[in-house]
Amino acid sequence: MEKIGILEGRQKQVYEKNGDGKEFDIKCETTSLSGSVSQRACVFCGSRVVLYPVADALHVVHGPIGCAAYTWDIRGAVSSGPELHRLSFSTDLKEMDVIYGGEKKLHQSLTELIAEYQPKAAFIYSTCIIGLIGDDIDAVCKKVSQETGIPVLPVHSEGFKGTKKDGYKAACDALLKLVGTGSTEGIGKYSINILGEFNLAGEAWIIRKYYEEMGIEVVATMTGDGRVDDIRRSHGASLNIVQCSGSMVKLAKMMEEKYGIPYLRVSYFGIEDMSKALYDAAKHFSDNPAIMQAAKQLVSREVSELYPRLQQFRKALEGKKAAIYVGGAFKAFSLIKALSSVGMSVVLAGSQTGDKDDYNGLKEMCDEGTVIVDDSNPVELSKFVLEKQADLLIGGVKERPIAYKLGIGFCDHNHERKIPLAGFVGMYNFIQEVYNSVMSPVWQFAPRKGGLS
Amino acid sequence: MKTAKTATQNACKLCNPLGACLAFRGIEKCVPFLHGSQGCATYIRRYLISHFKEPIDIASSNFNEDTAVFGGSHNLKLGLKNVTRQYKPEVIGLATTCLSETIGDDVDMILKEYVRLFDNGEPLPDGKPLPIMIHASTPSYQGSHIDGFHAAMKATVKQLAAEGPKKNLLNLFPNMVSPADLRHLKEILKDFSIPFVLLPDYSQTLDGGPWAEYHRIPEGGTPVKAIRETGMASGSIEFSSVLDDEKSAAGYLEKTFDVARYTMPLPIGIKQSDAFFGLLEKLSEKPLPEKYEDERRRLVDAYADGHKYIFDKKAIVYGEEDLVVAMTAFLREIGIVPVLCASGGKSGMLKKRLKELIPDCEEAGIKIRDGVDFVDIEDEARLLKPDMLIGNSKGYTMSRKNNIPFIRIGFPIHDRFGGQRLHHLCYRGTQELFDRIVNTVIAEKQGSSPIGYTYM
Repeated sequence: MEKIGILEGRQKQVYEKNGDGKEFDIKCETTSLSGSVSQRACVFCGSRVVLYPVADALHVVHGPIGCAAYTWDIRGAVSSGPELHRLSFSTDLKEMDVIYGGEKKLHQSLTELIAEYQPKAAFIYSTCIIGLIGDDIDAVCKKVSQETGIPVLPVHSEGFKGTKKDGYKAACDALLKLVGTGSTEGIGKYSINILGEFNLAGEAWIIRKYYEEMGIEVVATMTGDGRVDDIRRSHGASLNIVQCSGSMVKLAKMMEEKYGIPYLRVSYFGIEDMSKALYDAAKHFSDNPAIMQAAKQLVSREVSELYPRLQQFRKALEGKKAAIYVGGAFKAFSLIKALSSVGMSVVLAGSQTGDKDDYNGLKEMCDEGTVIVDDSNPVELSKFVLEKQADLLIGGVKERPIAYKLGIGFCDHNHERKIPLAGFVGMYNFIQEVYNSVMSPVWQFAPRKGGLS
Repeated sequence: MKTAKTATQNACKLCNPLGACLAFRGIEKCVPFLHGSQGCATYIRRYLISHFKEPIDIASSNFNEDTAVFGGSHNLKLGLKNVTRQYKPEVIGLATTCLSETIGDDVDMILKEYVRLFDNGEPLPDGKPLPIMIHASTPSYQGSHIDGFHAAMKATVKQLAAEGPKKNLLNLFPNMVSPADLRHLKEILKDFSIPFVLLPDYSQTLDGGPWAEYHRIPEGGTPVKAIRETGMASGSIEFSSVLDDEKSAAGYLEKTFDVARYTMPLPIGIKQSDAFFGLLEKLSEKPLPEKYEDERRRLVDAYADGHKYIFDKKAIVYGEEDLVVAMTAFLREIGIVPVLCASGGKSGMLKKRLKELIPDCEEAGIKIRDGVDFVDIEDEARLLKPDMLIGNSKGYTMSRKNNIPFIRIGFPIHDRFGGQRLHHLCYRGTQELFDRIVNTVIAEKQGSSPIGYTYM
């Protein structure tokens, strides 16, 4: 087998922990190397994933058809009510629009769509060429907002203007314009917003129920099962609880600055982190000991039920090796802990958008020999999963066929998942997913296992 | 009813570069490369992967703000170098995007400069000869994915086809069909003992076996050597109804190298399949192999066995215009009324071609619409009350909402397993389609019956 090398220009984005005392200085938060087949998407993608679950808003993609077509109903972000977010709207710009400008078409499109769908707000996403042809989408949005009386929010998400992370920021900027425009009347003292939770397969509902059981009021979830009116009054909450490393910390910071709302960073994956997320919220409201009391009861009940059920998998999974490649690195921390609770180790941990702190944390957590990668690609990922003899790859749609081709189990931990993996129940589902793939008898036919030939 | 007409809602088309990437995957040792933002490559990969369930690596020149201001030359050259190092391709299939086209990058010139770098002594990536670079112009603000597919194939023959003494060789341009269809076409041509070049051929690159190590470029695809010979072929068959001469690879070969061009609709249904096999008999001067004679006989027999279940049923068929034309002709020959033939594409030829193929189009009440989206189709469906929808999986939402039985064909099929292995073409593909259509009607009847007959 030919040895696969790492591209010049990417070598500093790959690190193997091997106790050689070499300084850990991973390069990250940079644009992808041209020609490297990055697994990342673009600025637009970052904005689109964050805002997508706001279910009663109109999401209009201003540009040629592709960007809207590829993001039509692609996430497992479910809604308990309206489902406007599952439709795809595009100004579908043509050559003449590119030459003469797309402002008129955008204005006309918005006027018609708002009249027809009666949304609570509209998000207008700029795509690559909008940044070039000079459409003033701010002006169009302002005009339509005046004409229709609903917030019409430009999202500056031109694909080439940075990385996916810049798209998160653009989305947070748009959300911040909504925050603070609603009445906070009736919001109690023990109240939170859940940020960075997208209600994939109903995960936000699970989390919300936990907090509510503890006696905490949830004002808004952003953006899972999101509603415009909730977001407008979210500045009335006492605390922001932020999940998902990169995507919504920016909004939490801006809300702290503007409204004095503190925030906590949490993860809802795995027993340890899920429990901590509840305890941290309870600690914040320490003047009400009943909240901590309820948290303890909840955790104890859930864990005592979950733990024995998890043990049935442990015997089979103990000693198996996993590779993790996810969007945000913060999730990788939880996954490492969750896997270790059934005796699995991690041989590769990487992300599309992690920052220095994330990677330092990963390095501390990981065993010797673990590879840490930023903004990786199929060639590198396959090289490492094979070299490190992983039994499982955790990733998204684009990583799945890499694993399957090479005869390796796979767990989808990305936007398209249809099984909730958050919360205590999600931990069970996660391990079951892992088990179902790693232990499948089909791998006996894979070439790397001899292929029975 | 839809009143918002300006915006496209739930598009019934994809963008130009997607088609180019798909087509380039059908060339041996070729890596598709998009000159544009990282997102274009990644979204298209995701979209294709969800259908084909195969790793699909598409490189990107990864524009940033500087690139957009100062031009994509630097990024493109660096990207070409990197992809050459990492993938060791023999061909790079380079397609543009709305971004690179709007800033006006002169890609041909950049490629020339890139090649000159190595002539001037820059070490070659890995010391190997430079890959062949094929450039297709595919701005997303023009046409749709099918245009990108054809643009890539035309650019390929334009660059590679060579002049030479005429050979006993047939070019086949199959259009955007499934890997299973491509395999079937190859089998047919082999059975006729006709030397052929099938372009593109992603039957293996997008539907292949397991790997012991990562194959940066999966095995399979049309070899460059074979593509060079397309200029020396005695004829080209292209499956298309609406393709403009100027956009056609076969059209280019005819004009430039005098390669006889036979254009025909996709061979779906008995009549169109007969036409294709008839042409093969003529070109090969060999009779139809017994195997296909048998397939045809079984199909005629199946038509008889199944005709009553489907007669006069109403169908809406949608997708790429060429697929819609061929499917409509097939539906007519089995007694189904395609009450709406719809496409997100807009070649301007859909109506004309359908009327040529189905002269009683208007009397039969067949409505033809191009440039539509799924909300348009749904509006029509509410009025037309069809018995079935036939098209790619993006019609599922509409089918579910309006309770219309649904038959998935073409691309993409994102909500079912095995889309890459569906047959559509020739007697065999028609048989598969016919069985699925009949069974859909029977299942609907059985499911909604108070009795639940256990026989048909």
